[in-house]
This record gives sequence, structure tokens and C-alpha cells, in this order.
Amino acid sequence: MSMNTQGRPSAPSETAITSERATFTGNKALAMEEPLLFEIGRMDVCGVDLDEAEDFAPALGGHARKAVPDLPALTEPEAMRHYVRLSSKNYAIDAGLYPLGSCTMKHNPRLNEKMARLPGFGDVHPLQPLSTVTGAVDLIAELAHWLVTMTGMSAVAMSPKAGAHGELCGMMAIKAAHQAAGRDPKIVLVPESAHGTNPATAALLGYKVVSIEAREDGTVDPAAVKARIAEHAGDIAGIMLTNPNTCGLFERDIIAIAEAIHAADGYFYCDGANFNAIVGKARPGDLGVDAMHINLHKTFSTPHGGGGPGAGPVVLSERLAPFAPLPFLRKGEGGIEWVETDAELKDGEQPFGRMTAFHGQMGMYVRALAYMKSHGADGLKQASEDAVLNANYVRVGLQDLMSLPFGQRWCMHEVLFDDSFLKDTGVTTLDFAKAMIDEGYHPMTMYFPLVVHGAMLIEPTESESRASLDLFIATMRDLVMSAQKGETDRFKGAPFHAPRGRLDETRAARSPVLKWERPAATAVQPQAAE
Amino acid sequence: MRYLPLSDTDRADMLARVGISDVDEIFVDIPKSARIDGLLDLPRRQSEFAVERDLTRMAGKNVAASSVPFFVGAGAYKHHVPASVDHLIQRSEFLTSYTPYQPEVTQGTLQYLFEFQTQVAALTGMEVANASMYDGSTGTAEAVLMAHRVTRRNKAVLSGGLHPQYRQVVEGLSAMAGDRVAALPADPTGTEDILAAIDDETSCVVVQSPSFYGQLIDLKPIAEKAHAHGALLIAVFTEVVSLGLIEAPGEQGADIVVGEGQSIGNGLNFGGPYVGLFATRQKFIRQMPGRLCGETVDANGKRGFVLTLSTREQHIRRDKATSNICTNSGLCCLAFTIHMTLLGGNGLAKLARINHANAVKLKGALDGVAGVSVLNDAFFNEFTVKLPKPAAEVVEALAAKGVLGGVPVSRLEPGKAELADLLLVASSEVNSDEDRAAFVAALKEVLA
Ligand SMILES: Cc1ncc(COP(=O)(O)O)c(C=O)c1O
Repeated sequence: MSMNTQGRPSAPSETAITSERATFTGNKALAMEEPLLFEIGRMDVCGVDLDEAEDFAPALGGHARKAVPDLPALTEPEAMRHYVRLSSKNYAIDAGLYPLGSCTMKHNPRLNEKMARLPGFGDVHPLQPLSTVTGAVDLIAELAHWLVTMTGMSAVAMSPKAGAHGELCGMMAIKAAHQAAGRDPKIVLVPESAHGTNPATAALLGYKVVSIEAREDGTVDPAAVKARIAEHAGDIAGIMLTNPNTCGLFERDIIAIAEAIHAADGYFYCDGANFNAIVGKARPGDLGVDAMHINLHKTFSTPHGGGGPGAGPVVLSERLAPFAPLPFLRKGEGGIEWVETDAELKDGEQPFGRMTAFHGQMGMYVRALAYMKSHGADGLKQASEDAVLNANYVRVGLQDLMSLPFGQRWCMHEVLFDDSFLKDTGVTTLDFAKAMIDEGYHPMTMYFPLVVHGAMLIEPTESESRASLDLFIATMRDLVMSAQKGETDRFKGAPFHAPRGRLDETRAARSPVLKWERPAATAVQPQAAE
Repeated sequence: MRYLPLSDTDRADMLARVGISDVDEIFVDIPKSARIDGLLDLPRRQSEFAVERDLTRMAGKNVAASSVPFFVGAGAYKHHVPASVDHLIQRSEFLTSYTPYQPEVTQGTLQYLFEFQTQVAALTGMEVANASMYDGSTGTAEAVLMAHRVTRRNKAVLSGGLHPQYRQVVEGLSAMAGDRVAALPADPTGTEDILAAIDDETSCVVVQSPSFYGQLIDLKPIAEKAHAHGALLIAVFTEVVSLGLIEAPGEQGADIVVGEGQSIGNGLNFGGPYVGLFATRQKFIRQMPGRLCGETVDANGKRGFVLTLSTREQHIRRDKATSNICTNSGLCCLAFTIHMTLLGGNGLAKLARINHANAVKLKGALDGVAGVSVLNDAFFNEFTVKLPKPAAEVVEALAAKGVLGGVPVSRLEPGKAELADLLLVASSEVNSDEDRAAFVAALKEVLA
């Protein structure tokens, strides 16, 4: 009996229940299987009430579509259920610790969501007369002020849509500056530990990427930079360096590296994905940086949204500021001016072009400014300190059992382990990560950065309480000891308790199925009998 | 601070645990000369209420589209988004999840991406779609780069009907990457001779329909000529609702279809975040930019989804990647997919018909205003109006009367005398007869 009509307290059944017990539906209580919307939707329902257009003479000039798009619909209650059920198959920050190094999965305050949805921000068009959007321009100007002040830079290009787009913007500004000086250097230096977007960005602009190896301690040696510069004398466009770097370490020789690049007429692009470790502690402008993107979706917590959207404003040094793309803000005599086209330029302004239509990620700007105002100068500094303290607390809690590739030293907001502690256990980094899933954790970043073997990069962020960190550390210790004791079963087939077991990625790539096909139109492969 | 769980006691205990008494000892690697003493010169923390009040005041200075008769388009459109869409995308499990790199615990995201790709492919009439670009403009620039890879050529021909800011994004990147662009002059009426611009060096022809000026363009002859010269046709749209009513670009021979998906599920947001839709032919999938979600099975033989073909992407391929894109428009895809699911193909067609009907009605009303003429003979929900005086002035004067009456072409194409009097006017399902009457009355007064 599932219904307890007599108000009897329910008690565990006396017969043992295993989770293996099959159900008719395939569901397991709250864990529900959900078909694709195309398998449950119908062509004869609609989830939006629309009045039929009155009779009129169309003006489509023979371009009318012959058949309606072959896309079934769901009514509102069905759509709610479909997407709510899908949502239950996702891990999320709101549900648990999400220690993805480099990704900064910190708490996403809901005030920020509420503010972004104010009609005065969410329901304004980018090309309304400027006189009707002065508050929007004020907001962008205020956010720009916070970014420039925090970084100690001269200007900021607001429009890039994410970190990688910011990299592109910064490198285009660098290229424009070289061109303006009549130079055409071809080489960009990129440390081996860099995120993939760095070399990809440089290559998009036709640069040749020359990589710089890391030294023993995981940082870049200015001597190595100078050696590469010497090998390519006169041909260095710049360096793309992440700081704090992707090993979670602050590049302690950053000033010497900046000087070496500047002495070679190159520019210093800093990947600011890890700026969250040092907000309020140091300013990139004081470190010799010429351009740096800030992932508002990381440091300033506009949500990651399952892969985006983000925003990647780029702060610029005095030398690069004139090349900032359209649109940009200018401090004019009568206040802030919003410059959208070449026709409005003043002497010295040489925008290299435009990164995107319109003005960038306004929705993210609102969220980021709400986050900044909530924290204030004091809270931002505290957040950096807590993030760094939490990472070191995890490091100290695990360093006797897991292996630190660069020895016991302070890390910034994330701690990097390698897989040598798994040597001879038969358990790989991947297995280890999948076993974390069964324990209710999202895995850390794996196999990145590429400079250490079997990398595991853990970023707890400032959003974790001490109790949460203690449980995480205890769980990780238990997993490590279990692997070392030879309990490979716990790892090899993991995860056992997730909505899906390990997925066959080879099969997905070998014969890609990238969309649903109506079964009638295609011969469906009969499911192989188990 | 309300977002920071550590108490001062926790901090002290944790510092002791890591063996120090002052957190600054952790920051030893920062050069002394660069450390900040004290606090940044910025305001201190504020309560939730105080922040809300500040931002609400700022927002209050802007005129919201829903509060006035509203006819502004030019690449971003005011549509009604059902309340359930915004509710669902704010579920923690969607909102606060990362890119689905761990498929066992992100099937929710992966399945909606698969649904999204299916919907985009169906709407565009293409075989495959990716899991989104940042927006229509950056997607267009990526499409051009992809065409260069496919054809091993580097000259793009851009129609004069392409959104001017899309053109600028393509031109800027091409100039920096050393690629060539032949951009045709502004073409409000769709009468340019783009066929003449296609030759054996052309990598791709980029044509927008409905054009920036609202004109519907027949893509078939352009596709034929492009293909005859070994070039690709890139079909661009900025109003995805149009695909409910007009023939899909894929049916007209396009090789890459790219456009802005904002109209479905996503608000105006002063220009972003939006969602770039990107679709192409199966044979080109390995040259595509961006993430792709594919179907597979798990260890127990159950259907599941994963990100796939990632050997194209920056995190694997680095400087050989097809694009540098990483973070994309994930949550905007979800909004698109849910809204599209509520509509279905029939609902979208109906919505598109209402949009078109309202544009036709507006044209009828404007035809009656002295000195005003509509330039386009075939259009969807937007068209270009020629005014007897500069459109920028007229738009300001209309705004002063409480009507947001469109976009002066000169805002995007300044300094071109022949475009100065042109006004782009968009309609959608949100416009009522009263809105149109208010617009026409205000316009008459302004032009009087
Ligand atoms: C170090 C680093 N650089 C660059 C990026 C790219 O940023 P985005 O994903 O916002 O484009 C990332 C994040 O993914 C990163 O971790």
C-alpha cells in the first residue's frame, strides 16, 4: 500500500529491498526517465495561445514556406514536466560542491537574476534612442569604473561575449597597435600550461604560437621567455600568460616577464580567468599587463548557465586603449558619451573595428554590478582571501595522501594534484573522478593543465563552508585510501548511482547522431537484446 | 558578508590549520610593490535592499519596450516570451551548472542541447546544427572562417543587405586574419547584382534574408552561382520567427545557415546575451565551430547524450582548432528550446503569420502618411520607410511623444546621404491597432 489512509506511521519493510529491483516504467521513484520532446510532443497541440491572424494580403513575394517546420509541441503543463524532469539529471552549484578548477563555480546570488530582469534592463532594445536608455549607459559606465579601478588599467572594452572573445579582442587590439606602429610581428608566446583558447585565439589572427615550457615549480621562468624572444628577435607580437596561472600559482616573476616582453616591443596579454584569486589584493595594471579579459561569469558570478552565456570585458593599458573596439564609453565634457560608429571618433581614437553587433552582454553586466555592489571593496577582498584560504585548506587536508606536482607550497584559489598517488592502483584520474560522482560531488577539472600527468585541479571557491570542505576532504581521503587498498571495483565502473553510467564517447564520435530523426523517415536500428 | 559562509572563527581555525596567522602570508608570490594596501577605492558592501534600490533607480531611467508603442527591430525583436520559459531557465539545476563535460551528471543540459540542435536544423532546413554561438553577428564571422577552411580560399562577398554591424564584425576579423572581404554597397530594396561579384576566388557569399532592410531575398540563384564557382552560400537571418513563414534557407541551397535566435525565448536585454544559431550540411561537420551534442549509449545500454567531435575544439586542438569559442550561449539555448517547444512548428507558423499580418497592416497605415513610402515589396515583419527628412530627427521626435518608432539607418550607417532619410520599422505580435494608430498619429505630427 502506498497510501497511508489510517495515519499509520510507515515503517521499513521487512523484506530487503535492493536498488536493482526493476520497475515497470523504468523510473526509480524520483529518478525518472524522460524521452525526447519529439517523442512526446504532438503536431496538434500548442503551449502558446495565439489568435489566428485576420484575413490579409500577404507580402511575401513568393517566398512562403511550403510546409510548417516539422516540430511537435508540448502544452505548458507537459513542457513544465519535461524540463523539470530533465533538470533533475543535472549537477549544480546550488546542489553541491562543484570544484571545477579554472571554472570558478561560486554561488550565484538570486538578487542578480532579479535585477537583470527589471524591465528597464531586460526589456530595452539596443537601438532605442539613447535618450531613452540613459540608465543602461550609466550602468555600463559604472561597471566599467569598477573594472578599471580593480585592475588598475586605463580603459575597458566592454563588448566581448565571453573569455575567449575577450582574448580575441585583446589580441586584435595588440595587432592593431603593431600595425599602427608599422610593425607586423608574427609570433605569440604561450606557456604550455595555457588554456586551449589562448593558442586558438592567437592562431585565428594568423599568429604563430611558440610555446614556453614551465619550470620545476610550475611557473614561467623569465629566462625561458628571454630565450624564446632571442630566438625570434624582432618578431614577437606578445605573450599570452595566465595569472594566477592554470596550476593555481601566482607567477612570481611576472614583472620581469612583462619587462622582457616590453623590451622586445611586444605586448603582455594576461588571461584573467583566475582574477578571482587576487581581486582587492593586487592590480594587473601594476604588474605590467597590457590587456586582460575578465570572465564576468567566473569572478563576478554571473551564472554559468550550463555552458553560457558569459561576458568577457577586456581591460587595456594606456598604450592599447586607443584601439578599443566600438562601441566604447568616452568621458566627455557633459558626462559619459557612448560612441557607436567611426563617424563619432575624436583625434587619437582608432578602434580596430567591432567585436559584435550591439553593445555586449548587458544581462551579465547587471548581474556583475549587483555582485560587486553587494560585496563592496571590503567584501571583494574578503572573497578573494576566503577563496584562497579554502583552496589551501583543501591542499593541506589532502597533501599527505594525494600528490602535489610542485611540492608543498602555497596555492592561490585552486590546488593542482597529479595522478602519481594512483600509480600501480589500476585506477586512473578518470576513474577517480567518476567515483567522486557516486559520493555526491562533481569531479574537479581533469587532465588540465596539460603540463602535469593526470592533472586534477580543485577549486572550492569562497562559497563553501568549513563543514562542506571538511566533508569533501574526508571523502577524498576515503577515496584515495580505497584506491590504494585495491578496491578497484569502486572506481572502474563508476558512477553507479548517477542518472547514467559512463557514456560511450567513441561511439558518439564515430557515427555522429546530432539530432533526432522521425522514425518513419529513417530505419531505426532495433535495440540490441541484452 | 551574506555570500561568504566562513565566520571569523572559521577563518582563524583554518589559518591555524594551514600553519599561519595572517592570510597575507599565502599571497607571498605577489611582488611586494604590487600589493594593495588596505582597500580598493570603491564603495563598501551593501545590503540586498540597498543594491536593489540603486539598480532599480537606474533601470527606471530607461524606457521599457512593453511600456510604449514599440517598433524597433534591426536585428533584435520584441516578442512575448511565456512566463514558464523564464521560470524553467532559472531552475538551479540549469542555471548553476557548468558546461556538460561530465555527462553522467549533466544529462539534463545535454538532452536539451540535442533538442535545440534538432529544432535549429528543422527550422533552417539543414542537416546539422551546433549547440550555439554567442550571437548572430559572431556566428556570421565564424561561418565565413569555416567557409574559408572548406574552400581553402579566403575571399568573402558580403551582400549590401547584411546587417551593417554583422558586416563590421566580419570585416574586422578578416582584416586582422589577413582574409579578403568584398562588401557590396547598402541595398535597401534587394536589387543589387550580387551574382556579378562571385568569381573563382570567392570562398563564400553572405546574404541576409529578410535583409537588414527587411527585403526578402531569393537565395536560389545565388546558391547556384556560388556553387558553380566552388563557393559556399552563407544565409544569414536576424529574425528567426521569419522561418515559420518563409522558405528555409536550406531548401534554397544554403551551405551554412547562421542567425540570431533571440526572438524565441530571449528578451531584448539591451543587446545581449543572445543566442547564435549555426547550421550546415552533414559533410561539413568536422569544419564546424562550437560544441556539438550527440547521442550515444551508457555502460548499461541506455540512451544518453555527450559533447562530441571535440577534436575540432580549442581544449583538444589548441592552435589547430576550428574556433576559439568555449563558453557559448547555453542558457539562452534552453530558453529558445522551451519557447520553441511550447510553440511547435504549427505555433511558430501561426506566430509568424501574426507578425507578418501586423507588418502588412502597419505598411497600409504608413502608406497613408504624406511624404512617406515603404521601399520593400516583399518583407516579413520589418521594412524600410523613406521619410521626407532625416530619420534620426524623426525618431527622437517620436520618442519625445512616447513612441519608439524604429531605427534610423544612419545610426548604423552614418555619413551616407542616400540612407539618411531611411527608417527601419519592425512589427510583431505585441503591436496592437492602438499602437499603430499612435505611431501614425505621432508621425503625422512630427512630419507636419
Ligand atoms: C584559463 C582560462 N582561459 C580562458 C577561458 C575561456 O573563457 P570562456 O569560456 O569564457 O570563453 C577559460 C574558461 O573556460 C579558462 O579557464
